[in-house]
Formats: sequence, C-alpha cells, structure tokens
Amino acid sequence: MNDAHGSPQTVLVFGATSDIARAVLARLAARRARTVVLAGRDPEGLQAVAEELRGAGVTAVETVAFEAADTNAHAALVDGVFARHGDIDLVLVAFGELGDQAALETDPAAAVRLVQVNYVAAVSVGLAVAAGLRAQGHGNLVALSSVAAERPRRSNFVYGSSKAGMDAFFRGLGDALRGSGARVVVVRPGFVRTRMTAGLPPAPFATTADAVADGVVRALETGAETVWVPPVLRWVMAVLRHLPGPVFRRLGDR
Amino acid sequence: MARELLAGWGRTAPSSAEVTRPARPDAVVAALAGAPARGVIARGLGRSYGDAAQNAGGLVLSTLGLGGVAWADEAAGLVRAAGGASLDDVQRFLLPQGWALPVLPGTRHVTVGGAVAADVHGKNHGVDGSFARHVADLRLATPAGVAAVTPVGDPDLFWATAGGLGLTGVVLEATLRAAPVETAYVRVVSRRAADLDAVLAAMSAKDGRHRYAVAWLDALATGGATGRGVVSWGDTAGVADLPRRRQASPLATDHRRTVTLPRSAGAAALPGAAVTVVNRLRYCRAPATDVATVEALDRFLFPLDAVDGWNRLYGRAGFVQYQFVVPCTSADVVRVALERLRDAGCPPVLAVLKRLGAADPGPLSFPLPGWTLAVDFPAARAGLAGVLDGLDEMVAGAGGRVYLAKDARLRPELVGAMYPGLDRWRAVQRRVDPDGVLTSDLGRRLGLVPASAAGRPSSATAAPYPASTVGAG
Repeated sequence: MNDAHGSPQTVLVFGATSDIARAVLARLAARRARTVVLAGRDPEGLQAVAEELRGAGVTAVETVAFEAADTNAHAALVDGVFARHGDIDLVLVAFGELGDQAALETDPAAAVRLVQVNYVAAVSVGLAVAAGLRAQGHGNLVALSSVAAERPRRSNFVYGSSKAGMDAFFRGLGDALRGSGARVVVVRPGFVRTRMTAGLPPAPFATTADAVADGVVRALETGAETVWVPPVLRWVMAVLRHLPGPVFRRLGDR
Repeated sequence: MARELLAGWGRTAPSSAEVTRPARPDAVVAALAGAPARGVIARGLGRSYGDAAQNAGGLVLSTLGLGGVAWADEAAGLVRAAGGASLDDVQRFLLPQGWALPVLPGTRHVTVGGAVAADVHGKNHGVDGSFARHVADLRLATPAGVAAVTPVGDPDLFWATAGGLGLTGVVLEATLRAAPVETAYVRVVSRRAADLDAVLAAMSAKDGRHRYAVAWLDALATGGATGRGVVSWGDTAGVADLPRRRQASPLATDHRRTVTLPRSAGAAALPGAAVTVVNRLRYCRAPATDVATVEALDRFLFPLDAVDGWNRLYGRAGFVQYQFVVPCTSADVVRVALERLRDAGCPPVLAVLKRLGAADPGPLSFPLPGWTLAVDFPAARAGLAGVLDGLDEMVAGAGGRVYLAKDARLRPELVGAMYPGLDRWRAVQRRVDPDGVLTSDLGRRLGLVPASAAGRPSSATAAPYPASTVGAG
C-alpha cells in the first residue's frame, strides 16, 4: 500500500535500466519499497539494478523480460506481475528511445519503430496497468513524458510527436481513473544528462536523473498530476507554446 | 453496490471499495459470509486519521445503518448501544438522565464500534483508562460466527478486539458502563508554562489529582521557550459549581453553533504565518497562574467539533496526525521530537501532550503509562516523511509506540517492536478469521493480517506474514 506520503511498498518499473528509473528506485528503496519488479530488454542491466536494490534493502526483486515493441505480450506480462505480487502500489513507465532525427527522416521504418516504442507500447502498457490498478482500487502510475511533448521542434519532432502522443494518452488515462483510487502522474523533464542523451549538446535548463527522481517523489507526496523538471519549465513552455512560428523556429534550433 | 473512493480523516492515500450499509445484524453476517477476494472491513464515521477503515478493491461495511441506544440496566448504569451509534448519540441519551460515558476521545463523532476498535482514550486516561475498560460485553460478528464477547468469558478475543482496528470482526452492539454525573460541565483550571520542563513538572505535580489533564504546546516556540504551553486540568462540575443561571438545568447539553467549512475551503493549505500568530496568541492569552473557570463538557472535550470539516483546511494532500507514547522516564523524547520537527522545517500546526495511566491488556491497544504527544502536519510538508521515520526509531527505542488507529505512514518493520504482543494478537485474529476475510488498507500496509487477505493467491508465499513484521517478543 502507499502511505500518506505516497511511498509505495511494491513497485513495477518498465524500462528499469534507464538512469531516471534507477534514480527513482534508489529513493523508493530508501523509503518503503520492499518488493520491486524490473521489466526491461537488457537482462544483464536488469541484474545490475536488482543487485543495487537488494543492497538498498529491497527484500524481493524480480526481473522480467520486456520488449516494448511486442505489444501482444504486454497484457499477459502485466497480469502475471499482479498475480504473483498482489498489490502493485506504483508503476513507473520509463522506457523510450530518443533516435537520431536526421536518420529517422530518411528511414521511415525506423521512425515507425521509434513511435511504436515511445507511444504505441506506452498505450498498450498503460491500459494493461490501469486495469490492474482499477481492480485493486489504489495505486500510482508515473509516466515519463518530456518537454518535447509540448511543441514540436525541428530538431527532434519524431521523438517529440511520440512523446506528445503518450503524454496526451496518460493525461486522459488519469482523468479516466479518477474516483478509482488509482492516479496518474505525468513527468515532463527538460534535457536530462543521461546515457540516452550522451554526446548531445545540452539544451537550456538541462537537468539530471537525480533531479527528475526528486520531482517524482515530491509529486507522490503532494498529489501533483503533472511534474516539470526543473519546475521553471512549466512557465517557459507556457510561453514557448504560444510563440509565433517564425520566432519559435529561430529560438528552437539554436 | 457501487465503488466509492474512501479516505481517512487525514484525507491521505484514498482507495476505492464497494460499500454496503447493512440495516440489520444478519445482513452483516451475510456480508462476511459472501466476502469478496479482497476481504471486508467495517467503517463507522471515518474519523480514523489514516487508512484503518478503508479496503482497496474489496468490501467496506458501513455500520451507520446499525443505530440505537437503550438502557440494559438503568439502575446499574449499563447502556446498550449499536456498533454504528455515535458517542454523540450515546451522550445525548445519557446526559439528560444524569449519566455520561466515562471515556470520550477528542471528538464525539466516532461510532461505538470505532471507539472499541481503536480502544480510544480521553484526557482522563490516568484516572479512567481507555474505552474498553468500560465495556461490559460486545456482540461481535466474526467470519466464524456471531459471538457474545466479555472480558471474563473470552478475554483473548475481547482484548484482541479492543484496539484491534476492526480486524477481529464487526461490533454489532456493546454494553457500556456509564458514570453518574450531576452536570454537563467541567470545572477547569488552566495556566501557561514557560517551557517543556515547566509543562511536564506542572502535569506531574497534579497527576491523578484531577480527572482530566491536557497540555496544548506552542510547537513554534524556539530556544528556551521550546515546548511552552498551556496546561488545563478539569473535574466534572457539581451543581453548586455552576453559575446561578445554569443551575436550573445543569444537564442541558451545550448546543453551540457549529461552523461548517465550505467544500472549497481546502483549496489552499493553512498559511504558515497565520499558524505562528495563532499559536503565539493562544499562549500569551493564557493566564500565568491557575485560573478556574466552568466550561461545558462538550467544549472542553471536543474543541475541534465546533468546526465541521476542519480536516479540509489542510488542502488536497491532506494531513498526518502523529501520536506516540513513551514511558514517563523517557520524557526527553518529547523534547527531542519537538526540536527535530522544528529544525527540519516541519513544526506541527497543533501539538497536544497528555499523561497516560495504566495500560489495558489489549495487545494492539495504544495507551502505555507515560507521556503522549499528538502533532498535526500537512502531509505534503517537504522532509516530513524522513523526520517521522527518525522519530519512530527513537520512540521504539524508548519502549514507546505510535497510535495505529491514527497511523498512515509507519514503517512496517517497527510494528512488532512497538507492540510486543503482536504475535499473540495474530493468533487470536487467525482463530476467528481463519480464511483471512477481514482486512484493511492499514492491515495490508503494516502486514498485520496474512498476505492472503490482501487479495494475494494463497500459494504465493509459504510464510503468511512478511518476515520483517513478525513480533519482537
């Protein structure tokens, strides 16, 4: 069960080897998390995260092979986790790919794959998880979106469009779950310095996985539905969203 | 039956459940017999601060359809009340006839069943003990059947039910021993004390000499004034104590106006500066030496009942009330707790100190002889979760405990250390609920009941309880 501060005892993470997922898990393990299910693609990476968590006091860690693009397998995977572990207090959806915009523009098949991972798979996982949370009558679903979801930029619009889709989906899912005891938190970090963005020039208001994790834990405490990291991006993006196209383009591609 | 979103009085961690409201005892028995996989818990007026009376994904049995108060034996002061009757109902029945319940908590809006399940105490614990001490018998609906439970006939089940958080069954009826009173008023003596030592000394000096004793602390005071407060003692007033205009009707209940907060009042949490000012005013307005007054019993015992829905003042994220007790020899824990909370930027909005007397035999009953501090905070205060975890360790280390009926955040690993009779309680709980029908969000969170009652497949684990919550002794 979640406590009064939104600290979960049982956690399920999709994309568990990501830097942000690991930072969130470290904080939850220091609080109440004692059972964690790690879903991801890289078995060795999952084992490494599992070891970290055992060292941090998590008594039960399970790793599950999860292929985002294989949407047909998602419902059975999610049902199995709920059946094996009973209540799942927090589900973190942290998988996603950034892609190389220039390459994606000339390789439609690759662009479709990225959209399938970032958006289609998120819908598939989100609906399966929502059914489980609704049945158990409580639980939080935290979805990692991006500021890129707010307004498409020339430099990463394939990625941005996929995040816009998943962002809209999870906000709507949150509305659909109102009154069920389950709650959705959409997290919109700016540029996060992680392995995913290694080698890219940092954008203004760049942040870290630790700051994103702090934002997630804080949202669980306060009951916020949308989290911006850093928080100032809420107001920055509110302005950018309404800029005329020519101005935005000049700003956006620096 | 429709799913409803339910939360405790603190409005933290809501969950949804099917809610049924049986109008007769046999419907309660039927509900227990036909319990869904995620189990059943009873819920009264929802005054538990945390998640004791909610059951995510399962069935919540509202006892509010089970009302009624009548004499069982008027000459002996034995009153029979339904589990869903409120203490307000019982008091309204008793007072005009010159009787009163000996133990009343900080609100009269709790049910008889809830008062038993939390084994509530009042400002007179040192003299009168807790609620269950004045219960002659219970009619308890358990999954194993309806039982008449008395402290003599089945002491194990009686005391497992007193403070048992509803996890041993549904209280259908209780016979309560009332005490005769001449008036519905209290003679109150109050004065302020300049720091925590002065508060403790004042309360210790008069321990047992007055029926009621309570101290309100100004938790925002710093430095040498840390723990300063206003101490009040009280005794039931005789007719001669009342002002002449009240002597004609000494048992008339004080029908003060109740203020109801608008639903939108919770939009913004209490501003911190206002809290500081109110605390300072309250301290400075109190007399420096003993001043005697006569107050209506209701006003003295239930000051917060004057504002209906005061819990909404804390805003969307709700609030946490943290109450612990430590033995008299560990009064320093109270000081360290106040200092740590203040230094962490989490000074409580409200802080109340009482001295508790001898404990009841209930393994999960809260009171122990010692000092009890109750403090309220907005739940979303940054850093609060960590400070309270630290206080838990200190309280457990001192041989103390936190009040489970108010809990919404205790680390489950500490329950066994705080309640050494936990395993004994579990054995009785298993006896009346072998199939794990009774469960609640609190029961799941703290691992009080077997995991199978939490909707888990029974084959999932060999050990029914999480190893970390097995009792210490």
